[in-house]
Amino acid sequence: MNEKVENIIENVGLPRIIIFFFLVSLFALAPIVGVSFETSINDVIVRFAMNGILVLSLVSMVKSGCGLNFGLQLGIIAGLLGAVISIEMQLRGFAGFFTAIGIAIFIAVILGFFYGVLLNKIKGDEMVVATYVGFSSVSLMSIFWLILPFKSPNMIWAYGGLGLRTTISNEGYWLHILTNFFQIKIGSHINIPTGTILFFALLCLLVWAFFRTKIGTAMTAVGSNPEYARSCGVKVNKTRVISVILSTVLSAIGIIVYQESFGFIQLYMAPLYMAFPAIAALLLGGASVGKASIKNVIIGTFLFQGILTMTPSILNNIIQSDMSEAIRMIVSNGMIVYALTRVVRVR
Amino acid sequence: MMKKQSLTKTMNPGVHFLINNAVPIIFIILVAFAIPITGLSGKYFIRELTTRISRNSFLILALLIPIMAGMGMNFGIVLGAMAGQIGLIFITDWRIIGLPAMLLAMLISTPIAILLGYFAGIVLNRAKGREMVTGFMLAFFMNGIYQLVVLYGMGNIIPISNSSILLPRGYGIRNAISLVSIRQVLDKFIPLKIGGILIPVGTLLVIATLCIFIVWFKKTKLGQDMRTVGQDNDVARTSGINVERTRILSIVISTVLACYGQIIFLQNIGNMNTYGGHRQVGVFAIAALLVGGATVAKANISNVFIGVILFHTMFVVSPRAGKELMGQAQLGEYFRVFVSYGVIAFSLALYAWRKRIEKENKRKKAMALKRGILVK
Repeated sequence: MNEKVENIIENVGLPRIIIFFFLVSLFALAPIVGVSFETSINDVIVRFAMNGILVLSLVSMVKSGCGLNFGLQLGIIAGLLGAVISIEMQLRGFAGFFTAIGIAIFIAVILGFFYGVLLNKIKGDEMVVATYVGFSSVSLMSIFWLILPFKSPNMIWAYGGLGLRTTISNEGYWLHILTNFFQIKIGSHINIPTGTILFFALLCLLVWAFFRTKIGTAMTAVGSNPEYARSCGVKVNKTRVISVILSTVLSAIGIIVYQESFGFIQLYMAPLYMAFPAIAALLLGGASVGKASIKNVIIGTFLFQGILTMTPSILNNIIQSDMSEAIRMIVSNGMIVYALTRVVRVR
Repeated sequence: MMKKQSLTKTMNPGVHFLINNAVPIIFIILVAFAIPITGLSGKYFIRELTTRISRNSFLILALLIPIMAGMGMNFGIVLGAMAGQIGLIFITDWRIIGLPAMLLAMLISTPIAILLGYFAGIVLNRAKGREMVTGFMLAFFMNGIYQLVVLYGMGNIIPISNSSILLPRGYGIRNAISLVSIRQVLDKFIPLKIGGILIPVGTLLVIATLCIFIVWFKKTKLGQDMRTVGQDNDVARTSGINVERTRILSIVISTVLACYGQIIFLQNIGNMNTYGGHRQVGVFAIAALLVGGATVAKANISNVFIGVILFHTMFVVSPRAGKELMGQAQLGEYFRVFVSYGVIAFSLALYAWRKRIEKENKRKKAMALKRGILVK
């Protein structure tokens, strides 16, 4: 019996178990301290749909052995460009939304290609270099947000000043265009964002199907054993570049869906740390530096967003102070540190 | 060192020099262009630079020992900075002033830094081969704990009597603390002015002492052990060195030094941003060291000083250059953030790329050798 328990702990990982029970106790405490259970559930579902694609984008690079995509911001930049250009073109509704995604994909493919080539040159050190590629591209882009010649009055400062605003509202363009698509109302507090969830599910399905195609299987092979893959005639470097492009494209789509639900496009230094919560969510779902699946994405996003939503409201009610920021930092970064120390290195 | 030489043979020495020193060379060109644009006076410039050298060198020197032990850039010096700030919070609470206060802050924070360094060392030992990214994430993780302790624990569980540093709600430390009590006590310990520019002799002496310590340390048994560990873990192990312990010690020393470095940094500034002051310590120190021509595997004292001068010249110059060129200082602000991150990305990528070429060459050589034997 004891051995069995130890086995489970070993397999699932102690931090995950702790976090799981933490979340369960938060939900259990909700009615006691007077937090509406329905609102909490609603928030979790909305945030789940909002963040899911960003987490999904990480899978392909983990599978191809490039590790966790600490340079996720590169895709986010592509997404931001897509969103901003589509608003500049004054496109509204689905046309605007899908134009944004189209432009974003185009830019993401280019960025992803160069990013992938770079990561091939530095095999074995992908994660630390990726982190700083992400950081430096966000700060470089900040300069461009200042000097790019955008004209739309909704996006530039009203009273002179150079460049785009730090936050741009997408209201009137494509705000909640997925969220309100066949939205289901349960009771007075739960509004299920059907469109967003369906869109996320569709992309999950596509990624799942992709890993069953020839090139998808090759990707998994490259990740688990590059020498073996090479001897089977798989072009290792090319496959890795494809996985990086796929990841960048998905994160570009992910940030647009995020904005669609959130209502604002955040520019400048806002995307700087966006890779970490996504990575933490994936790891929380049971992934490791070398292994990830769609299941991990779904479970992880749900658990992680669950904690993010529940901690502030519950703690505020218990101790009248908001420790959620510190707890969020400890949970997400602690999860990443844990995963990094448990790497089985394949060289 | 050995790695480099085998690469040199195949390359023109001039080209090799350029690649080897790409980062400092790019920086010198950048700075040389930017200085005339800003139109800063020589005196202002020298004053700024003197301050910045004395303020930052100690923190950058704290990075050297883990590099010696083969653990790369220690992004975990942020942990040391946190320890230093906790010491400073206490002396402010107790209303002690002057140099004794600063020394007491160091004394209080030393055990905290040792503890944090020990913890970091254990974690990094479990993440061999990815020390840098792990150290980086560890700093983020500890920042959460730091916030929990300082923002919620202090004045609550940890007694704080000075209400002027507490938040109005009665517990938690304010966002900004005035360190007027120890402001420039070390800088002005031995007062000296040359041409109207204050020379912080005290601080410079402390930095010189640390340099001597590092030179001496390299020659001790422990220092030698660290270099062996840095070159090859297995060789070190077979020659009877406790690899894990040596690596932990290198991180502990680095963390304690970073803790003192942060205290020296803050006594110069004169006030403390409680929740943000430590966060960028690692990035700026590492970027400066890399600008000085260091790599992940090799860094010495000269890299520190070349780096601190070049990097901080850029820091002084770029907001002005942004203003002159584009009419906006903000542009220069973003530019220097970009350069800090970019330098790290570029240097780390360059180093990793060369390491891989080395590996490939070695493998090819081994294959060729094998084939030769077969032919015979």
